[in-house]
Amino acid sequence: MTSAGAPERSGTTRGGGTLYRGDLGMWSWVAHRITGVLTFFFLFTHVLDTALVRVSPNAYDAVIETYKNPVVNLFEVGLVGAVLYHALNGIRVMLVDFWEKGAKYQRVMLWTVLAVWVVVMIPGFYFMMERTISNLVGGH
Amino acid sequence: MSLALDKPRSPRRPAARRGNGELYSWLFMRLSGLLLVVLVLGHLFIMNILDGGVHKINFAFVAGRWSSPFWQFWDLSMLWLAQLHGGNGLRTVINDYARKDSTRFWLKMLLYVSMVLIVSLGTFVIFTFDPNISN
Repeated sequence: MTSAGAPERSGTTRGGGTLYRGDLGMWSWVAHRITGVLTFFFLFTHVLDTALVRVSPNAYDAVIETYKNPVVNLFEVGLVGAVLYHALNGIRVMLVDFWEKGAKYQRVMLWTVLAVWVVVMIPGFYFMMERTISNLVGGH
Repeated sequence: MSLALDKPRSPRRPAARRGNGELYSWLFMRLSGLLLVVLVLGHLFIMNILDGGVHKINFAFVAGRWSSPFWQFWDLSMLWLAQLHGGNGLRTVINDYARKDSTRFWLKMLLYVSMVLIVSLGTFVIFTFDPNISN
């Protein structure tokens, strides 16, 4: 550990120092919170709309019908992106906590999380938007 | 077992004894998170990609899905774990940012009421779903 008299900005995590504020690790934490809170509020809405199946098929179908447009479809892609980041970074957090080398590799693991996210979201975006885009450009 | 490590930013007086609640909540976030990775990513993948997304979803689709006890159990587990996981996360966020005790108290009451509402409503709907309900 660094000596007690070391200045606060004694280095980045890369240099084995103790600086966390402003570091990549801090931003991963900020993003984890934001995506988590967004997902919580989505879940609230999602349980309420699904509960309409208990009211009547018409009530449920009417509400789901309002979701079938390009803007909501884009929000869905955003939601999947948020949940996917939260899940991947959550695995990283668990590795930092429980794996003896987790803290050492936290930066590498964050870049891995971001890389996997991009690799999954590109085909994900395509498959989720396929129908909407073909409708927009004059499909069926 | 007593804690032998030096506390970081050690205060002059010992920390108040509050039991192990925060430890269990920390552990619960990891365990439920692990299960939710499978349940939620599986759900999103099946709903948004394999089954063709929101364009395919209507009452008949839900009825077909919940005719299987497997999916009922999947959705019930997801509902409970996600509400407790998300609620506990939001509790932490409120504790971090609410400045006044009264604000913190009321925000947490609102949170707990919404959690009870969503868990009970969701559970009720899964258990009492009737595919032959009239329009």
